[in-house]
Amino acid sequence: MSDLVLEAKGLTKQYGDFVAVDHLDLSIRRGEVFGLLGPNGAGKTTTILMLLGLTEPTGGEVSVLGFDPARQPLSVKKRVGYMPDQVGFYDDLTARENLIYIAKLNGIPRDQIKRRVEEAIERVRLSHVIDQRTATFSRGMRQRLGLADVLIKNPQLIIMDEPTQGLDPELAHEFLDLIHSLKTEGTTILLSSHLLHQVQAICDRVGLFSQGRMVLQGTVSELARKVLGGAYRIQLQAEGPAAKLRKALEGLRDVNAVEMNNGAIQIEAQKDVRADAAEAVIQAGGRLQGLSVEAQSLDDIYTRYFEEVRNEKVN
Amino acid sequence: MKKSTKPLKTRDEREGSPWTGLGAVLTKEMADHLTGARMLILDALVVLTAVGTIYTALQNIRPGANNEFLYLRLFTTAQEPLPAFVFFLAILVPLIAIALSFDSINGEFNRRTLSRILAQPVYRDALLMGKFLGGLMTLTMVFSAIWLLIFGIGILRLGVPPTAEETGRALWFLLGTIFYGGIWMALAMLFSTVFRSSATAALASIAVWAFFIFFWNIVVGLVTPLLAPDQITNLEQLVAASQSQMVLTRISPLTLYADIATIMLQPTERFLGFVLPVQLDRAIEAPLPLAQSVLVI
Repeated sequence: MSDLVLEAKGLTKQYGDFVAVDHLDLSIRRGEVFGLLGPNGAGKTTTILMLLGLTEPTGGEVSVLGFDPARQPLSVKKRVGYMPDQVGFYDDLTARENLIYIAKLNGIPRDQIKRRVEEAIERVRLSHVIDQRTATFSRGMRQRLGLADVLIKNPQLIIMDEPTQGLDPELAHEFLDLIHSLKTEGTTILLSSHLLHQVQAICDRVGLFSQGRMVLQGTVSELARKVLGGAYRIQLQAEGPAAKLRKALEGLRDVNAVEMNNGAIQIEAQKDVRADAAEAVIQAGGRLQGLSVEAQSLDDIYTRYFEEVRNEKVN
Repeated sequence: MKKSTKPLKTRDEREGSPWTGLGAVLTKEMADHLTGARMLILDALVVLTAVGTIYTALQNIRPGANNEFLYLRLFTTAQEPLPAFVFFLAILVPLIAIALSFDSINGEFNRRTLSRILAQPVYRDALLMGKFLGGLMTLTMVFSAIWLLIFGIGILRLGVPPTAEETGRALWFLLGTIFYGGIWMALAMLFSTVFRSSATAALASIAVWAFFIFFWNIVVGLVTPLLAPDQITNLEQLVAASQSQMVLTRISPLTLYADIATIMLQPTERFLGFVLPVQLDRAIEAPLPLAQSVLVI
């Protein structure tokens, strides 16, 4: 079988007249982290529900791990872990009891349940509270328990809906670390989010969603090239003759634009031209004080893309 | 990666049994019910009414010395101001059933656990069925306990063992009670899936319950004259009118339950609803055997 874990062609979901997902094409390879990005209400959750067979698509085809979710939901759900955007637990049960229930629903053999539950909880570093009632758990702990809940069935694919929503930056970072460690073990992960900067760090590829359509798909730098043109933004701090510096920098290859503001210089380039820029500054008689490259940010891509779309509409 | 081994025959066929995971849901639900505070309150309520009414019934039965079907009369004898245990059950059973299941589905939804459960390899059917059966088995346990309690008190106070006939009748009555509870539980679960808020679901179920207790008879009383001809001139019309009335009243599970109770617990009753004097003429004033009573229902 091919390397594709998930494949959707022309996937469509309509609620009455409203098209929630419009002819979505999506393919995810084994072992990659794919980010489904877009504003709230763009159709991300609906897509996920269709992938799990929890709602039936109006049209199109999906195959998850070689199964059709609408017809073979049990096979799909046995192999795919789903973490909803707001995980809830039975508050009057302990973390362990909550997971045992899930393990039983998954038909895990009785003699393995105890070990698997403990392993999963260990994995998300909650062993110290395993016998506490989940009512006492904080938001971050719940989120991690939610991940343990998914890990218990050793999924081949994990789907997470807004995994970092409502977590403070530190917790979100911690959680993303967990996701990253899963990725290094070879688990395929599909996650949806509207918090772009968090997702950018861990996603191999992303898909931008807007009004039910996947408008852009690719790696972050691919998207950056497509949307932002010059993908690299280099910040320079230098002293020296401004006109000369500008000329030297503009003369460099792959540089699209140079902006100067007293000592601060910003270069937009197609490549990482830091070394060349430093050399140019020194040769032009300037004194280089600082040099850094700004990572392409999904936020920028996103904003820029939708600005363009809007402008096109206006024109 | 294996491809799915056998292709499904038709598009509408689902793989696997709809009952996968039923056992897990069932055990979880029963554990929840049996340890819940709600259950304790309900248990206490039922046991109190049982003990109370039986006590008064016993006081009543003693002097009477008409000792046929003593045990059945434990259920049915009333003394002012307390009504009989059967009457209490007719009212309380729906309340207990509703209380056990009015938040079964939307409660999960509101706790955000529903999507997590449905992401597991089980069908919705298994979840619903497991919840229903879990509730029903809890009900069964409670009622059986009360039933045994009543018999126990009876043996202690009356000093005679119950006959096989009595036990059989009381068992059928128990079954009827559980079935009756099941109807209300199913109704509460239905509302629980329809309404997002558990309070609305509870209110809706109780509204139906109140409607059948207080208003259904009034409605029937209003509707039957409309269905019947203006003037009843012959016997057939009279029979037809009363039969349509009976059908209407029996839409109410309350009436059905009352009918079951009457037939099972009062062996001298042999008809439900309207009886013509002609039919009674030939009837013998003697209690029916158990099998016959079951037939009447």
